[in-house]
Amino acid sequence: MKQDQIKRRTLLRAAAVTALGSLVPGLSARQMPEAAPEDPTKVPGTPVGRLGTRSPFEQPQKKASDISARSPLQDFYGIITPSDLHFERSHNGVPRIDPQKYELLIHGMVERPMVFTLKDLKRFPALSRIAFIECSGNFRSGKTTMTPQEICGLTSQSEWTGVMLSTLFREVGVSPKATWFLAEGSDAAVMTRSIPVRKGWEDAMIAYAQNGEAIRPEQGYPARLFLPGWEGNTNVKWIRRIELSDQPFMTREETSKYTETIKDGKIRQFSFDMDARSIITYPSYPQTVEKGWIEIRGLAWSGRGKITSVEVSTDAGKHWHVATLQEPVLDKAHTAFRYGWYWDGQNTEIMSRAVDDTGYTQPTLQQLVNARGTDMGGYHLNPVTAWIIQRDGTVLFKPEKFR
Amino acid sequence: MRWNLVNCRRVNISVLPCLLVIIICCNRPPERFSFGRPATQREIDSVNISITPDGKGLPPGVGHVAEGKALFIAKCAPCHGPTGTEVPQYRLVATPNDTTHAKAIGNYWPYATTLYDYIRRAMPFNAPGSLSNVEVYHLTAFLLYSNQLIDSNRVISARTLPNIVMPARKWYVNDDRHGGNEVR
Repeated sequence: MKQDQIKRRTLLRAAAVTALGSLVPGLSARQMPEAAPEDPTKVPGTPVGRLGTRSPFEQPQKKASDISARSPLQDFYGIITPSDLHFERSHNGVPRIDPQKYELLIHGMVERPMVFTLKDLKRFPALSRIAFIECSGNFRSGKTTMTPQEICGLTSQSEWTGVMLSTLFREVGVSPKATWFLAEGSDAAVMTRSIPVRKGWEDAMIAYAQNGEAIRPEQGYPARLFLPGWEGNTNVKWIRRIELSDQPFMTREETSKYTETIKDGKIRQFSFDMDARSIITYPSYPQTVEKGWIEIRGLAWSGRGKITSVEVSTDAGKHWHVATLQEPVLDKAHTAFRYGWYWDGQNTEIMSRAVDDTGYTQPTLQQLVNARGTDMGGYHLNPVTAWIIQRDGTVLFKPEKFR
Repeated sequence: MRWNLVNCRRVNISVLPCLLVIIICCNRPPERFSFGRPATQREIDSVNISITPDGKGLPPGVGHVAEGKALFIAKCAPCHGPTGTEVPQYRLVATPNDTTHAKAIGNYWPYATTLYDYIRRAMPFNAPGSLSNVEVYHLTAFLLYSNQLIDSNRVISARTLPNIVMPARKWYVNDDRHGGNEVR
């Protein structure tokens, strides 16, 4: 009875703390890095070890709320998110799953309902793919003192390895009449989403590895659904069951959540694709800059394909310049961009906009409001993000009101 | 599997079509690998808890509003408030003429079956999966009643639940974004 009285928020926090458990032991050590010796060539260094470590002088961290933890986009180099900094979102904590007991059941409109152990999944042809996963509720605003992590840190990128779902579909003999499948997780929310079967044949994967090692618990250990370019929630983690059907199941996460109000009172459902987006991660709040040459850096991505260009404006959107894209420029993947700029020390605003290979250009918040109305929901917001550069070199986020 | 195709094409160019046939036969990935094991109907039934909007998958049992209210007070109110309106972020009940347009079951959920499915899967938050099938029916009945979608004497079952028309259903449209040079 006492447990029933525990406030949900407390429970959520407890779950989040558990989820971050792996970080906690390191924290105290990290907060007080041992002083570096005056001359490292005059003292023997640390012996070799079983696991690598981060320099105690580097302390990138996820920023956790009750239900999610955001990637520190401003701390990243290149396009791969270190696995322990991959964003997290779970609906009732991170389950602990014994890989020996793990099983994936595929049934419903199939010729042969089958059960696959983790070992079975790993025997199938393995494929690797570098792509991002982004939560569709990934835009925060409201004050100037916000970092890229706080604005849109619910996106991360890994090299995912696993078996193509199409391979498993052939194995079980998916009926040509099946049009949807239910993906179900083995977390405490037994979270489910309905996915069109065509995505399963196209490029869906059951991923069991991330950046060269077993997938992390926070990302779905021992196996998750990976749907390149589709909203994060559909990439069901800890997947235990796939049921082929001829209709969507209309679960809570595809009706009362992960749907967005648009114009005329309408509610948009099954908004799977993540539209193109970019953000400047340097310079950004709370960094400061000095007059002179600045390499503006950032990330751009699209759930529909490749980034074809990123344009940068250094005069509040009056003029736009083509940024350099850093190879590799991959399909449905974070792509790094940079633009060399000489800052004359005056107040200005800098911003970026991404274009993908469907011809889509990242919109401004105003364009989104024009398209969806002032009642537009919080999902699938990908507006151009501006940073204010002040004369004293401080950088501030430029929040825009839309409600 | 692409590498196999590439290999085959290379051989093809190198003038040995007969050998190619043999290589393809030996090297092509099989249609099936025969990994994994067949699932028995029993084990499928033991984990299959899905419910479709037409009511397929709903278990036997009957739910009553009064029983649901008592259960709600005991197991749901600690997070959702005694009437399901008190905690904005966990609001369940839509109040008439609500000018804040707070999303709740009565004004946003398109299918009544989802209510049963979600409560059974995930609630109560601190003891998921602890409710019996009939208890879930009771709670479903109470929440539909609280949202003024059914009368207090209406019973909820596999037969009646799918027939409840949710007011928000008519507002739902499928994704109309297609990429390209437009913002939707």
